[in-house]
Amino acid sequence: MTDFFKENLTSLHKKLVDKEISSTELTKEALNKSKSSQSEINAFITIDDQGALKRAAEVDAAGIDANNILSGIPFAIKDNIITKGLKTTAASHILDNFVPVYDATVIEKLNKLGIVTIGKTNMDEFAMGGSTETSYFGKTANAWDHTKVPGGSSGGSASSVASGVIPAALGSDTGGSIRQPAAFNGIVGLKPTYGRVSRWGLIAFGSSLDQIGPLTRTVKDNARVLSAISGKDRRDTTSEDQSVPDFTKGIEKGVKDLRIAVPKEYFASGIDEGVKDVVKKAIAKYESLGAKVDEVSLPHSKYGIAAYYILASSEASSNLERFDGIRYGFSARKDDQTLEDLYVQTRSEGFGDEVKRRIMLGTFALSAGFYDAYFKKAAQVRTLIVDDFTKVFENHDIILGPTTTSPAFDLGSENDDPVKMYMNDLLTIPVNLAGLPGMSINAGFTAGLPVGLQIIGKRFDESTIYKTAYAFEQDSQLFTKHPGVNF
Amino acid sequence: MSESLPREDAAHVAKLAKLHFNDQQLNLLTGQLANILDLIETLNEVDTDGVKPTYTVSDNINVLREDVAVKSNQKNELLANAPETQDDQIKVPAIIDEES
Repeated sequence: MTDFFKENLTSLHKKLVDKEISSTELTKEALNKSKSSQSEINAFITIDDQGALKRAAEVDAAGIDANNILSGIPFAIKDNIITKGLKTTAASHILDNFVPVYDATVIEKLNKLGIVTIGKTNMDEFAMGGSTETSYFGKTANAWDHTKVPGGSSGGSASSVASGVIPAALGSDTGGSIRQPAAFNGIVGLKPTYGRVSRWGLIAFGSSLDQIGPLTRTVKDNARVLSAISGKDRRDTTSEDQSVPDFTKGIEKGVKDLRIAVPKEYFASGIDEGVKDVVKKAIAKYESLGAKVDEVSLPHSKYGIAAYYILASSEASSNLERFDGIRYGFSARKDDQTLEDLYVQTRSEGFGDEVKRRIMLGTFALSAGFYDAYFKKAAQVRTLIVDDFTKVFENHDIILGPTTTSPAFDLGSENDDPVKMYMNDLLTIPVNLAGLPGMSINAGFTAGLPVGLQIIGKRFDESTIYKTAYAFEQDSQLFTKHPGVNF
Repeated sequence: MSESLPREDAAHVAKLAKLHFNDQQLNLLTGQLANILDLIETLNEVDTDGVKPTYTVSDNINVLREDVAVKSNQKNELLANAPETQDDQIKVPAIIDEES
């Protein structure tokens, strides 16, 4: 039996190359774990036994590529990333029977490298939520405490990796949807620079903010997956023509003389004392490792949530216009119905409450008479948030702070209060507004739950983030700790 | 309830968004949206006079390509996702209702 808690991509690759294990055996393990964990954590919407085993057999027959670390490795994919022939729902009733006819660019790239997709992970509906509770397919639970949320919206991906079900997963991050669940589950989650990874085949939420990124148990694994999915894509005009380095290169260089900025706003009132304490200790560790730490200010970061909910909801209201019950997905068809009635009934029955709330907010912000007061104003505040980061990065290499305002909260505890739920993303949202790369790694524990350390870098400088994360990970060895349950 | 979103405005926005809510749902939603708009109105504390808006952080200004049709040969797969088909085409309800 393969214990993914004790393995990483390097060790799994070696076993595959040395023929100690086959991709088929590895895939069977991941499939078994995914199924036996479903009743406890419900991390998957679709588990693809047949497809995964067929694929693994093909990889085995072709032979494991010794030069390619992802060859034969099982993966889980967030269910808003399009997979050809494999149901992709975005956790919504409106897409619950949708089978894509093509692969997202990231899937194409990973498939070429020989990964085996075992299934599609649970998420908040259309990636809108902070707890994976808005899914049409039921809630996912936190890996460490099944009465707590796994975070959202990539909760299924995070919980499955943290539970040792799978070595790596893909998520998407519009306002913190990779970093926040990574923090709540004590794993490594990276939101790449906007434009680093193609969004082609990612079901759109907020197009100026969305990025696909990896969730893994170790920093090096994360770097390997990012190297595999990055790069300019002619099909995504927002992807940028940047060189794609091997992100593991130089990862062991350490943090001596690294110039670290710590924003005072990230330790303001409203942040859980246990979280502050753990993150402050992590920052002190960096100082002891030779980094130089300064307190800085990001004065407009507190307006990030307000700006985000206008901009992201406006983009979402536009992106979700395509769901009309005509060409694909759920359709509320009845006899003697007009086209208008079909649109309204399909959308009213097909979308969940949170999605409808955001469509309403976005439609309002874009409507005549309110555009300047809301949409344009939010976009201007976005400029000031970008400027804040630019100033800090003139004299610093990296920004450190907590990923979340609290550790994982109780399932069901914030469902009736959208504003309270939105405030959870206070510390991650500014990074998306500025298009910067940001990562969460486990910094330690408070009240038995993991605490995320957020590492924010300059645009396209993921290498410095990985180097920074790796130094702490190797010193703390926190990746060796895992939830007691072993599926 | 915030004055920023009266109930009739919420009903109008629902119509624009092609969503239907019953009275109870609309009351609940109006209250929730008002609370969200109260949060959003904190943006008015920020002086943005003369600040250029940021709609995207992408460096790409415009991307052009040749207008060439590509045959994907996926008609059957695409039709398989359609809720209703007839004669290899997607079937839709009547666009003009009889009364008008």
